[in-house]
Amino acid sequence: MAGSSTAQRPLVGVLALQGDFREHLAVLNGLGAEAIPVKRPEELERINGLVIPGGESSVMDKLSRMFGLAEPLKAAISSGMPVYGTCAGLIMLADTVLDAIDGQQTLGGFDLVVRRNAFGSQLDSFETDLDVPVLGDPPVHAVFIRAPIVEAVGEKATALAALADGRVVAVEQGNLVGTSFHPEITGETRFHEYFLAKVRSA
Amino acid sequence: MTEELGTSRVKRGLAEMLKGGVIMDVVNADQAKIAEDAGAVAVMALERVPADIRSQGGVARMSDPDLIDGIIAAVSIPVMAKARIGHFVEAQILQALKVDYIDESEVLSPADYVNHIDKWNFSVPFVCGATNLGEALRRITEGAAMIRSKGEAGTGDVSEATKHIRTILGEIAALKGRSKDELYVAAKELQAPYELVREVAEAGKLPVVLFTAGGVATPADAALMMQLGADGVFVGSGIFKSGNPAQRAAAIVKATTFYEDADVIAEASRGLGEAMVGINVSDLAAPHRLAERGW
Repeated sequence: MAGSSTAQRPLVGVLALQGDFREHLAVLNGLGAEAIPVKRPEELERINGLVIPGGESSVMDKLSRMFGLAEPLKAAISSGMPVYGTCAGLIMLADTVLDAIDGQQTLGGFDLVVRRNAFGSQLDSFETDLDVPVLGDPPVHAVFIRAPIVEAVGEKATALAALADGRVVAVEQGNLVGTSFHPEITGETRFHEYFLAKVRSA
Repeated sequence: MTEELGTSRVKRGLAEMLKGGVIMDVVNADQAKIAEDAGAVAVMALERVPADIRSQGGVARMSDPDLIDGIIAAVSIPVMAKARIGHFVEAQILQALKVDYIDESEVLSPADYVNHIDKWNFSVPFVCGATNLGEALRRITEGAAMIRSKGEAGTGDVSEATKHIRTILGEIAALKGRSKDELYVAAKELQAPYELVREVAEAGKLPVVLFTAGGVATPADAALMMQLGADGVFVGSGIFKSGNPAQRAAAIVKATTFYEDADVIAEASRGLGEAMVGINVSDLAAPHRLAERGW
């Protein structure tokens, strides 16, 4: 997958079935990557890494299966392609999802149990500063919107950040990164840089 | 590490996550479940769909709290609900019921012909309708966290939706590159605050998400709205007043995502059965045009 020019300007995709994919495209392009929207299996073949954006996970699941993206996505994940999922994207990557809609599936690959809408209704959505040791100072300003929570971090995965009460909201496993919150809408770029570093060395 | 709730970023943020999706009108829990299973990003609870409000007449109000509770219990996607223009107590009730978004909507009978709701007073976000940029900016000034172009609800005639989304986006484009002295005049003409007008001129877009609504009845209608530049689509009577709601809803979802792919839209448009019976907006006498409610 990785060409010789990858180190300079990696070609990365953002899953563009639904959600805030434009914000991710803008952050990635701003960081010097070439970012393209991905809606079709053939677009997957060109990219060296993928971001799965915020949005409605049940809709992304349906459309990805209906349009033949789910299987090639699973194959790409298991072959080690770097993938970063925010909010709904984290749900899509998790091996197990709680409070999913009937028949909802995930791509899986991330050894996690994730609970959908873990905080309640939109009235419980919030923003806060979050210490993320791998990113150093200053803290990440994190926006949680009807956000999921990582209820259990499996043996293969590692927690990167937790709320004050200990609930895990950022995780990593090899080339996979996931956050319950949305760095793409606050001007925070360090998670995307962290992801791009994985793409460059993949 | 304090947690801030109900901020502008949080309110506008939920609308950002709905982009590229379809929000469907539902009147009860069964319809809400059908909508969720068909791929809706959110549902909109209201007492009667606009086509029924139109044919039955009378005053249209916020839904019964029991119905809203039933809808919230039935689905896990966001639930929006409509309050009458200016009816801040209906909005207080909807916030107490923990809906995810309130639509201060011209589809219901207005409760106040002068004032809209002061939406900054609420932690729950609001979406409001607009027919042009000035109206959109006045709603944002009042605290709206999302705008939908109004169209003409309950008609199945997409022409007003087309007109309103083209008008809003056209007026935004016309601000681009204007000098400061011209923007003062633009603010006067738009009847909107200068700071907000300048922000739109610089960004080339609204500071909130812009969906479209009012008359969308087919997959092709939804794709038309997306190609014209809407961030997403509200579908009201078009789904549950059609012959096969589940199939039509799923088809509109597909066409909204693949709005630039005529092959996908053609496939989605096959075998849907009857579309809702439409009314041409030009046949509606002016007092029956909902888009003229709100200012």
